[in-house]
Amino acid sequence: MRLILHIWRQRNAAETGRMVRYEAPDVNPDMSFLEMLDVLNEGLIAKGEDPVAFDHDCREGICGMCGFMINGVAHGPLRGATICQLHMRHFRDGQELYLEPWRARAFPVIRDLVVNRSAFDRLIAAGGFISVSTGSAPDGNAILVPKESADRAMDAAACIGCGACVAMCPNASASLFLGAKIAHLGLLPQGQPERAGRVQKMVRQSLQERFGSCTNIGECEAVCPKEIKLEVIARMHRDFLKAAWSGHSAD
Amino acid sequence: MSSAVASPLDKAVGFYQAPIGKKAVMAVTGVILFGYVVAHLLGNLQIYSADRQQINQYAAFLHDPSHAGFLWGARTFLLAAVLLHMVAATQLWIQNRSARPVRYVKKDDVPTAYAARTMIWSGPIIAAFVVFHVLHLTAGTVLPLQELGPNRPDVRANVIAGFQHPAVAGFYVLAMLLLCLHLYHGVWSMFQSVGVSHPRYTIWLKRFAALSALLIALGNISIPVAVLAGLLTN
Ligand code: HEM
Ligand code: FES
Repeated sequence: MRLILHIWRQRNAAETGRMVRYEAPDVNPDMSFLEMLDVLNEGLIAKGEDPVAFDHDCREGICGMCGFMINGVAHGPLRGATICQLHMRHFRDGQELYLEPWRARAFPVIRDLVVNRSAFDRLIAAGGFISVSTGSAPDGNAILVPKESADRAMDAAACIGCGACVAMCPNASASLFLGAKIAHLGLLPQGQPERAGRVQKMVRQSLQERFGSCTNIGECEAVCPKEIKLEVIARMHRDFLKAAWSGHSAD
Repeated sequence: MSSAVASPLDKAVGFYQAPIGKKAVMAVTGVILFGYVVAHLLGNLQIYSADRQQINQYAAFLHDPSHAGFLWGARTFLLAAVLLHMVAATQLWIQNRSARPVRYVKKDDVPTAYAARTMIWSGPIIAAFVVFHVLHLTAGTVLPLQELGPNRPDVRANVIAGFQHPAVAGFYVLAMLLLCLHLYHGVWSMFQSVGVSHPRYTIWLKRFAALSALLIALGNISIPVAVLAGLLTN
């Protein structure tokens, strides 16, 4: 199959980028999207041009490194999948595709389709952890966790931090990411001691990183490769209001 | 842990600084406005009563000088709610716009989120409508109003006379369609904003929002339509 690609090219953070048109003349439908770009890049290198930069690592949908917009949808048209798990058979012969990096003030473009997602690391550093003593491993089952809580915490923990939620949100809000981390830790007994401070610190950090805020639109939920639900955002709101009500403050 | 004790004012300011605090303010003021819209609809529907004076008696009761304190209290309370709601909405909108300085060349949207994405347009148009509505039927600036006596407006006659102008009736219908859109998203959104959500009952919250938005709009729209169709006459 043949594809027309319009790809965002930008050499570095300082330069202003632009869309450039490429043709991919013989794409194998069984290739993954990233393999298709690998082939395109081989052609560019052979011609002495700069290859298209994009993030990737595991290429099996678990690390959270890959991701960009395909025709205005984060991770492309396949629901519940990262771009590395998207295959070319989901596209039509002759289709035109627009590839753009995640767009958010908090995610500056580094090069082409690669953005800097360190803001997510700082959100985690602000409160996305539990404090435990290091040393010998605790006994298994020393802390009992109800099955339903364990399941729901596991669903939230599926978040791989790819940033698709921010990219897709009309407000560039990180709420689905924050909600997933807060639900993951807050559903487990180990997450309780720091629960009130966690939500306050993470929300404050998100404001400092200049992420937007949630207006309950749901585009994040629609594109999340791990299908995290909006309920985690309501849970974050609940934790925040509870912490404020009980007079807890972030510091 | 800092040892300085935050004053209640500091805490309120800190709470409001967070977007979730602003959304909580929008949810609480949203409930107040929703309650008002429901009560107002019940008042309006009295125009269909077989007793043609029913709605005028209700108006006379509201305007009774012995209730003036209550009436002005309610008006002040509602105005404060609208202002807080608008200020928080505008602040969040500005913040959210600046969170994506470079737009996408191509952006697809989840189709069902239309109402959610247009809240910032439906809201102000409804507010403009409310101003027009007060000028029309309370202040009498748009069309002259009939009175049955001091503090006894002839609501029935005034409503029917107003809706005989298709432009006036049309604006009311348009505003109610936008209110339907605003509440369709807003009523569910306020539950989400204060953290009420669960896989089992979220679907019912959404149904409640859709149904109440539809009933409020249809109930109000029926009045100008009935006047234009000649079903409601003096
Ligand atoms: C006057 C101008 C208005 C503006 C600018 C405005 C704007 C907004 C916006 C932007 C939202 C947030 C939606 C979201 O984040 O999901 C909202 C929510 C809401 N609005 Fe309005 N609105 C206005 C008037 C009204 C009126 C007159 C009513 C009632 C009849 C109303 C009822 C609601 C409700 C119930 C919500 C849900 C609150 C929440 O999200 O927690 N609004 N409005
Ligand atoms: S490359 Fe690891 S999730 Fe796609």
